[in-house]
Amino acid sequence: MSTIVITGMGAVTPLGNDAQSAFRAAVNGQSGIGPIAFEQHPDARVRIGAAVKEFDAAAAIGKKEVHRHARFTHLVVGAAKEALTDSGLSGAGYEPGRVGCILGVGMGGIDVIAQEVGAYDRSGPRKLSPFGIPAAIPNIAAGMVAIEANAQGPCFCIASACASAAHAIGEALESLRRGSTDAVITGGAESGLNQYGVAAFERLGALSKRNEDPARASRPFDRQRDGFVMGEGAAVLVLETLERAKRRGAKIYAELAGYGSSSDAFHVTRPSEDGSGMARAISLALQSARQTPDEVDYINAHGTATPSNDVAETRAIKTVFGARAQSLWVSSTKSMVGHMLGAAAAFETIVAALAISRGVVPPTINLDEPDPQCDLDYVPHVARERQLRVVLNNSFGFGGQNAALLLRRV
Amino acid sequence: MFDQVFAQLRTIVCERLDISPEIFTPDASFIEQLGADSLDVIDLVLLVEEQFGLQIPDEDYVHFATVQQAVEYISARASKMPALTPVHADAV
Repeated sequence: MSTIVITGMGAVTPLGNDAQSAFRAAVNGQSGIGPIAFEQHPDARVRIGAAVKEFDAAAAIGKKEVHRHARFTHLVVGAAKEALTDSGLSGAGYEPGRVGCILGVGMGGIDVIAQEVGAYDRSGPRKLSPFGIPAAIPNIAAGMVAIEANAQGPCFCIASACASAAHAIGEALESLRRGSTDAVITGGAESGLNQYGVAAFERLGALSKRNEDPARASRPFDRQRDGFVMGEGAAVLVLETLERAKRRGAKIYAELAGYGSSSDAFHVTRPSEDGSGMARAISLALQSARQTPDEVDYINAHGTATPSNDVAETRAIKTVFGARAQSLWVSSTKSMVGHMLGAAAAFETIVAALAISRGVVPPTINLDEPDPQCDLDYVPHVARERQLRVVLNNSFGFGGQNAALLLRRV
Repeated sequence: MFDQVFAQLRTIVCERLDISPEIFTPDASFIEQLGADSLDVIDLVLLVEEQFGLQIPDEDYVHFATVQQAVEYISARASKMPALTPVHADAV
């Protein structure tokens, strides 16, 4: 079985519009959360979000393409350009048909759907834009990145809500392992940060209402947590085999060594309370990497700051790691970057890879008083340095759709 | 009339397709010379409807092949409108 490595990365996030800046901000414990800038209904109760700031869509995707696409596609093409440059993939000599593009998108262009429904209601079907459908479909993210990269291999998006990018990165790993591809551009994108997206997530009780103190609203594992903060963004990684990466002298951040995927088969939004589905995903990622639990140093948690996730995830970690759970470092970067939904796991995989290559773990900010049911070492407030051997990223989506990725130092 | 419509259409199309006004000539084809695809043509017709206060039936989209054809088509219909000033579709 080939060893698969990460050779490029790019990100457009609420913490910065490139991977290195965003990681640096996370290590510094900065919050990307603030008051919502767009207009909302007077009845809207959630007034905070984690927006991408000062992103130049025309520079990323081209001026003519801006009105033809939804924001998640603008963001992902921006992130992909950075990842392609970072990896040197276009000059690597890969046959285009052997380069895949597998991305995760949870929802797609709900901004465009809302706009088109408005146009239909006001003026009827003839006023619908010809770009409405191609802009809204989630898979267009992969389509546009493939165009950008001239990647002519397998090209699709995976939807598993907040775990979408983890499944995408995992399936990209499997594609490389079974020899279907020589390189895969993977990651995720999402932008549901508009009045409809925020209102809809608010209605199901998922969002924090700590409007008066945005930077302290996302509080994973804290006793006072009251939900996640809606984010947006995109993050893209380039994967290829270690052998080829070495041969072409590519920069190597870390090995992507394992992927586990499972379903709770339990409830539409709640995780199984004992965390058993999550635990199976983590165990499967360890098995996939032929990795024993004792070398895992750090877990970038799903850590959404919803009451149910953080308890179930803590139980899952304890189930898999037993006594060792207490000596693991576990942190949630969602405390700073909010919840990027379909892009979340892609950014977190970048965090995991940079944590390994730099030897530093970003903190969980706002963890002032841990929930008694959340009793692991969540790296509160301040980053920590240590050489890391093995790092996990957990991701769990609505529908009980779980994925875990395992990264290893090369 | 032709010149006025031509100038107004040039502004709309060059902005939307992100092209230089120099290539917007009467004999230019939207698809061949101006870089539009079939979706852009539908989008441009919607913008023309909005800007010129017209309702353009689907069967008339064939008139939006070249700039000359489009300007003649719009001129013939816009002349029947009270004023050749941009009118937002929602306002008519």
